Amino acid sequence: MTTTLGQPHFAAIAWFLAFVAVTLAITFWAARRTRSTEHFYAAGRTVTGLQNGLALAGDYMSAASFLGIAGLVALSGFDGLIYSIGFLVGWPVVMFLIAEPLRNLGRYTFADVVAYRLRQAPVRVAAALGTLSVVTFYLIAQMVGAGNLIRLLFGIPYETAIVIVGAVMMAYVLFGGMLATTWVQIVKAVLLLGGALLLAGFVLARFGGNPLALFAAAAERFGGEVLGPGQLVAEPLDALSLGLALMLGTAGLPHILMRFYTVPDARTARSSVTWATAFIGVFYLLTFVLGFGAMLIVGPEAISAIDKGGNMAAPLLAEAVGGTGFLGFIAAVAFATILAVVAGLTLSGAAALSHDLWVNVVRGGRADEREQLVVARIATVLGGVSSVALGIVFKGENVAYMVGLAFAIAASANLPAIVLSIFWKPFTTRGAQASMIVGALSSLLLIFLSPTIQESVLGRDEALFPLRNPGLVSIPLAFVVGLAVSWLAPEPEAARRFPEVQRRVHLGPEA
Amino acid sequence: MSEKQQALEALARSQWRLAITLTGVMMAIYFGFILLVAWAKPLLATQVAPGLSLGILLGALVIVSAWAVIWVYVRWANSHYDETVASLREPRA
Repeated sequence: MTTTLGQPHFAAIAWFLAFVAVTLAITFWAARRTRSTEHFYAAGRTVTGLQNGLALAGDYMSAASFLGIAGLVALSGFDGLIYSIGFLVGWPVVMFLIAEPLRNLGRYTFADVVAYRLRQAPVRVAAALGTLSVVTFYLIAQMVGAGNLIRLLFGIPYETAIVIVGAVMMAYVLFGGMLATTWVQIVKAVLLLGGALLLAGFVLARFGGNPLALFAAAAERFGGEVLGPGQLVAEPLDALSLGLALMLGTAGLPHILMRFYTVPDARTARSSVTWATAFIGVFYLLTFVLGFGAMLIVGPEAISAIDKGGNMAAPLLAEAVGGTGFLGFIAAVAFATILAVVAGLTLSGAAALSHDLWVNVVRGGRADEREQLVVARIATVLGGVSSVALGIVFKGENVAYMVGLAFAIAASANLPAIVLSIFWKPFTTRGAQASMIVGALSSLLLIFLSPTIQESVLGRDEALFPLRNPGLVSIPLAFVVGLAVSWLAPEPEAARRFPEVQRRVHLGPEA
Repeated sequence: MSEKQQALEALARSQWRLAITLTGVMMAIYFGFILLVAWAKPLLATQVAPGLSLGILLGALVIVSAWAVIWVYVRWANSHYDETVASLREPRA
């Protein structure tokens, strides 16, 4: 199959410029409304449930899940779907344990929740460690992915692509804060869902509108085994470890958690998770159709000829069923997808630096609005510049494991401390600190000793730690450490304030 | 302990019980699926209808079950939970 992919062509650039123009107009509008920290971090808490559901979906669905999963299915069939499913099942956990208490207890970051009845400084330093490591690894994966994808999609050099992504993203966050970020994520979610629906529609039109006819055709052409599990899940313990990290990590991702502060109350936080799960679920069901569609209509050889990882399956499919104009649209959607995710990540990193570390640790909670906003914006610039630098430093490196690592750190460093602080009366400052630090460091150490780094990155023959993802060990470990340390050295003041936490978790900050 | 405080604690307990039960259900479904993927590869490749392998069917059902557990929770929260919260917020319960 001949393709115009990788040549800078008119349709893609026009769609992309249209997206940037619209989102910068939104940013201009948002900038005039961003006058306080409440606006900068939390969009003035005026976002509706449906809007926040879309924004959560836009914050969460990365280019990796759109392009990567479609590619994995196109090349290896069923195995790719295992990721689709893993990325969805964390949302019920967000709903049951996190969303509403977080909204009622905190202001801007999840550290607000953990530190509520504990000593501020030690908890916030540890929480910032968790946040910044998750954000850094997630950002590296996104930036390197962005550089490669944009080079493949538009034919512009890697470094230029990284700088464009960094600059546009920084403009959103710096001037428009959470309000601009929210609307960029909403626009992106609508484009991504719309694009995926349209693409799936084009594919299904060729199979009488019946997905089963598509799957049956794939089985006929490539053998029935494409509809069943292959070699991806060879070791059950590996699969459980990754699964646990994906499931519990979603509920510990700082940029996702931060979104719950943008809604007016807990009830709206609840409805936003319902919407988000609906949208994300539909999207991942569509990846079934897109992946098998690309397998049949484009063909695995043509896909891996352009990119070994299969990342170009969806764009190639778009070109095959809808021509160059549609390819341009899907390429621009992929670009928009990256921008929306990195904007959310940068904002949450900036909040950890400014709200947690500067305002509440360095300044002991005594900083006026003006100072807070200035520091938040300096932190944003710092975040934006570092993400561009990291993207360039890690050019050509194998960063595929970093998303799994970010989920593992989120599930080990952040989630246990959040859950224990909300639900467990005897939790203490030392317990929180120990749980967060042990969670972050054990994830990092174990992944360093695992085959993921030792064999795949460093090229050694064997690894000390057998699991490719540390979650199965580091998540229970962080829970046990939090419980044990709190139990060994009780903190009467923290326990005494638990009824206040309970009251606020259920009745809200006004009660 | 005041009556209101007792009611609040009862509400907190029932929220926790439902939350942890539904989390457990979701985990059991998901990890059950993963273990089937690991150990029952030929079984999941069998087609229950032309084009519909057991693996694809169960995978789609895992996604549907995530919606289902959320639906169960939201139904409870929108009715029982919100009513109790509203009554506890009133100055005189």
